Amino acid sequence: MSWWETMRSGFDAILGHRLRSGLTVLGILIGIAAVILTVGLGEGATAQVNSAINSLGTNLLIVSPGSSSTGLVRGGFGTASTLTYANALALGNKRDCPDVAAVAPQVQTGGNLVAGTTNWSTQVIGSTPNWLQVRGRSMAIGSFFTASQVKTDANVVVLGSTTAQELGLFNPVGQTIEVGTVPFTVIGVLKSAGTSSSSTNQDDMAVVPVTTAQELLTGTPTVSNIYLEATSASTMGAAGTEVTDELLALHGITDPANQDFTITSQTSLVQTASSVNSALTFLLAGIAAISLLVGGIGVMNIMLVSVTERVREIGLRKALGATPAMVRRQFLVEASVLGLTGGIGGAALGLVAAVVVPHFVSNQIAISVPATLGSVAVAMVIGVVFGVYPASRAARLAPIEALRSE
Amino acid sequence: MSSDGCSSPSGPRAAVGDRVVPGPGRAPAGTRQPLVRFDSVWKTYRTGAEPVHALRGVSVSVMPGEYISIIGPSGSGKSTFMHILGCLDTPTSGRYSLAGTDVSSMGEVELAEVRNRRIGFVFQQFHLLARLSAWRNVELPLIYAGVPRHERRVRAMAALEQVGLANRVEHRPNQLSGGQQQRVAVARALVTEPDLLLADEPTGNLDSRSSADVLAMLDELHRSGRTIVLITHEPDVAQAAERVKRFRDGRFIDDGGEGR
Repeated sequence: MSWWETMRSGFDAILGHRLRSGLTVLGILIGIAAVILTVGLGEGATAQVNSAINSLGTNLLIVSPGSSSTGLVRGGFGTASTLTYANALALGNKRDCPDVAAVAPQVQTGGNLVAGTTNWSTQVIGSTPNWLQVRGRSMAIGSFFTASQVKTDANVVVLGSTTAQELGLFNPVGQTIEVGTVPFTVIGVLKSAGTSSSSTNQDDMAVVPVTTAQELLTGTPTVSNIYLEATSASTMGAAGTEVTDELLALHGITDPANQDFTITSQTSLVQTASSVNSALTFLLAGIAAISLLVGGIGVMNIMLVSVTERVREIGLRKALGATPAMVRRQFLVEASVLGLTGGIGGAALGLVAAVVVPHFVSNQIAISVPATLGSVAVAMVIGVVFGVYPASRAARLAPIEALRSE
Repeated sequence: MSSDGCSSPSGPRAAVGDRVVPGPGRAPAGTRQPLVRFDSVWKTYRTGAEPVHALRGVSVSVMPGEYISIIGPSGSGKSTFMHILGCLDTPTSGRYSLAGTDVSSMGEVELAEVRNRRIGFVFQQFHLLARLSAWRNVELPLIYAGVPRHERRVRAMAALEQVGLANRVEHRPNQLSGGQQQRVAVARALVTEPDLLLADEPTGNLDSRSSADVLAMLDELHRSGRTIVLITHEPDVAQAAERVKRFRDGRFIDDGGEGR
C-alpha cells in the first residue's frame, strides 16, 4: 500500500467526520497560533526596547548622581546633586580618560515655551555641542549651538520636531521664542528620533547651552547627568573605570564604597530589559506549550474514539489483506494530518494576528520564521506522537474480534 | 470432495499425493492436490477456568473447483472453522494447508498476504465501507496487493460488471439495496481472482428474492470453476451447494449428504 493511498485514506476518514476533525484541529490550531503570537510578542518587545535604548546613542555610559553620605545618613540613588559642569569638563580630559570619546553633561528641567500666542510645556535640556554626537542625534534644519555659544551663555535654542510643530513654527530658524520668560533665538530643529510612543518622546524637547540653562533656568552649578561616549564597544569597561577613578578623585572620596554617583551603561540597560522580556516570553510560551499539549491529548482522544468506532472497518481491512503495519500507518497518517492541518491553520492565524493586532495595541509583534516553521513541525510531531498509541491499538486488533463486533 | 473423517495421516508430508477417498456421487478427484486440507485441527480457547474446545480434530479436504456448504447450528464451532479456513485465525494444534502451503504456523503478516491473494470473503453483514463508492469498495483488496491505480479501477469495474452492477459503480452502499450490496461484496471477493471464495451466511441479511439472487450468482461462479465454501445454518441455503457437510460440537458429523 503506497503512501499516496495511505494519505488518501487518511483524508477520507478525516473528511468523513468533519465536525469532530475540525474541533480536534482547532485545539492544535489555537496552541500553534498562541505560540507564534507569544514568541512574536516577546521578540517584538525586545526589539522595541533595544531600539529605544540604542536611540540613546552608541557606546553610551551615563553617570547619574548617586547616594550621598551626610554623617551617618546615606541617601539613595539620585538623592544628591553631586555632578557639575566642571566634572564633565574634567572627564573630557584625554590624559585622564583616554577611552572617553565625547562628554555631554545634561541639565534637565521643565519649561514653558511661548511662540507668539502659542505655548507648550516640555522638557528643557542644557548641554554642550557634543550632545548631538553622544545622543546619536542629527539636525533636520538649522544648526546646533557651538562651543563659543556655550561659553558666552548665548540665548539660543534647538527644538525637537514635535515641539516645533506644537508651537506652530513652520519656519522656526531665526524666530524668537520665550523659555520661561526669557527670549531665545531658535537656531535649528532636530531630526526626528522616531521612537515609539511608549517610551519618552525624544522629539519633544528644547535644547539650550548648559551654561545658559544653569544661569537662567535652574540657577545651580549642578547637572542632572553626564553622558559619555566610549571610543568603542570594547573600551566601555575601561572608560567606566577611568570615569569612576576621575570622579572619585574630583569628589575627594577615598573609599569607593562611598561613591556618590552611579555609572550605567547601555549594555546593562539592554541586559536588564531583555532578561525581563525573556522571562515574560518564557512564561507566555510555557502557557502556549501547555495549550499545545492539551491539543495533542485532544488528537489522541479523537484517534482512540476513531479506532473504537471503526473496529469493523479495521477488521475488514485486515481480512482483505491489510497487515498490522499498514493499519498502523493509516492511523498515524490520520493523526499527523490532523496535527499538520492544525499547525498550518495555526501558523496562518498567528501570522494574520501578528500583522493585524499591532494596529489595535501599541505592542509590536515580530514575525519569526523559525518559530513559525518550528511550530508547524511541532504540530505534526504532536499528531504522530499522540497518534502512536491509538494506531498501535488499531494494528493489534484481531480481525475476527473486529469483524464480530456489531 | 473428500473428507478424511476420523482418520488422520501419519505426518504432514502425507498430505501430498495422499489417496483421496471419493465421496458418493462424485467423480474421482484423480491425482489433483486438494486446495484445502485440514489435518486434525483443534482450536481451544482458554478464556475462563475451563478450556473451551471450539474445534475437536477437524480433518477435511476441499478440491479445486468444488462448491461445498457447511451447515451447523450456532455454537457448533462452524464460525471458528470458517475463521481458520479464512486464515483469520490460527489452529491451536493440527495442520492446515492451503494450496499446498502450510498456513497453520504462519505469522500475522504472512497470513494477511495469504488472505489478500488466495481468499475472497463474503460476509453476512456485507462489511462495505459506507464512505466509499461501490467501485472504491471493490478495489480495496487490490490496494493492499499493491496493484497500480489504473489497473485497480479497470479490474474493479470488470468485477462489478460480472455481478451485474456496471451501472451502479459510483453508488455508495446506502444507495444500494441489500442484494446489491451483497453483490458488491461478491465483486470485492472476486476482484483478486482468489483460489477460494468463502461465504459466511451470505443470505443471512437478505430477503428471499435477494437470497435466491445471490445463491444463483454463487452457482454461476461455481460453474465457471471457482472453489466455494458456503457456511450457513439454513438447510435450504446449504442445499444450493454441490455437497453439504454437517458441523456439530466442533467436528463434522457425517461424510456429506447430497446437495441439490
